[in-house]
Amino acid sequence: MQFALLIYETPELFGMRKSNDENAYLGAWRAYHKALVEAGIFVGGQPLQSPETGTTVRLKEGKRRVQDGPFADAKEQLGGFTILELPSLDAALEWAARCPAASLGAVEVRPVSPEYLRKVTG
Amino acid sequence: MNGSGQESTHRTIERVARESYGRLVAYLSSHTRDVASAEDALSNALVAALTAWPRDGVPQNPEAWLLTSARHSLIDLIRHQRVVLESEPTLMLLTKGPQEPTMSTEFPDERLKLLFVCAHPAIDPAMHTPLMLQTVLGLDAVRIAQAFLISPTTMGQRLVRAKTKIRDAGIPFEVPLERELPERLDAVLEAIYAAFGIGWDDMAGVDQRGPDLAQEAIWLGRVLLELVSREAEVHGLLALMLHCEARRAARRGPDGKYVALSEQDSRQWSLPLIEEAERLLAAASRHRRPGRFQLEAAIQSVHAERARSGRTAWAAIVLFYEQLIRISPMLGTQTGYAAAVAEARGPDAGLAVLDAIDLGSVSSYQPYWAVRAHLLQRLGKTSESREAFDRAIGLAEDPAVREFLLLKRG
Repeated sequence: MQFALLIYETPELFGMRKSNDENAYLGAWRAYHKALVEAGIFVGGQPLQSPETGTTVRLKEGKRRVQDGPFADAKEQLGGFTILELPSLDAALEWAARCPAASLGAVEVRPVSPEYLRKVTG
Repeated sequence: MNGSGQESTHRTIERVARESYGRLVAYLSSHTRDVASAEDALSNALVAALTAWPRDGVPQNPEAWLLTSARHSLIDLIRHQRVVLESEPTLMLLTKGPQEPTMSTEFPDERLKLLFVCAHPAIDPAMHTPLMLQTVLGLDAVRIAQAFLISPTTMGQRLVRAKTKIRDAGIPFEVPLERELPERLDAVLEAIYAAFGIGWDDMAGVDQRGPDLAQEAIWLGRVLLELVSREAEVHGLLALMLHCEARRAARRGPDGKYVALSEQDSRQWSLPLIEEAERLLAAASRHRRPGRFQLEAAIQSVHAERARSGRTAWAAIVLFYEQLIRISPMLGTQTGYAAAVAEARGPDAGLAVLDAIDLGSVSSYQPYWAVRAHLLQRLGKTSESREAFDRAIGLAEDPAVREFLLLKRG
């Protein structure tokens, strides 16, 4: 089954991503990504730009409500996601624990929902 | 069929349901990860048995009959859920396996996997024990809710939520790998011991929390030992529970009054249970892997020795507590240690141990105040002692304990 690792990062981690210098966080991500690919479990994923680049849209009574900033107001913000193909939650937790963001931010593991996808795609 | 024949058929169904419930649920859910559907299928099978067995007689192999019937029901349930596409491989697995009518009794015992699923770190720790009680022992939500002092509706909802998570989150029906096993096993042992603790605290049965929850926990301990006999702590937990259970009759006087351990008549202790606990503890120590439950059982073993020698070797108990505090410095352990030190070296030494505990953590911990009150009383510090007694009495849950403390306070 497929699991999404949702990567939550602190402002400091987002800051480190902007720096052009080599840093330990970037180095750790590079190694982690390589390990995912070599294990043959990497399905896909993308990093996101920092939360202040986000814009949240709601439609209320037919009117568009556009709000500057991310959906949730929290210290740790969604910084990206990775989809992995793994046999069980335990295996996914194992890979989540190795993720560089696990020790500095947080990683949420969620199974993807093929049932719902089928309903959507018909 | 005559009345008494039916009666015995019903008893047979009850007995088979009790003995086979966990085995059947574990097996039925191990492929689908869907515990709730497995339970539904099994209860359908039990209802079918209530009609068929009194009419046709109890089948030669009741467990196999229930499995076949539950499996059919499960396939119907899954078809009904209209997830046919997704479940095709599951249906294949379910329809494979031993075939009726000469179905053999042999199907793998997956209860250990189910225990690990119930105590999985992805499941709220507060739900580990309720899930085990329901899925492995077949207790209903009402009974479990009584034990945990919450409403049956709330408990029912939490159980449903936990089972949905088991099904959807991808929690594996597997015995953890060797390197993860000790930690994962700890969670299983903790959950079983929590069930025992609830049954134990409520031994008066005053609020119908089910005084035999302790029995159910012992049964789970036996199941676990049958499945993982190579782990020392599994022996340790069962030894601990049996040592405590051996004193059940002595914990209340003839008038229902609470009797403290030191005042119990050791002739009322159950020698067979003590001997079984001792054998388990000896078996555990051969593994040379000490742990929390073995140490707690060892402490109880020293207490049990009083039945033979007439005295308690407090110095030995102090030593076991010191080891226990090193691996598991919990409040209960520290309080027990203080009480043991007081017996071995005098009340002021015991009080010094209590004084070293962070006061913020004990404000609502009843045993701390009971021990403190007792030690202050022995030191003749009457007013301080009465204050501590009042706190202990105010925090007591069991009316018999409350009465006992009121009497001691004077």
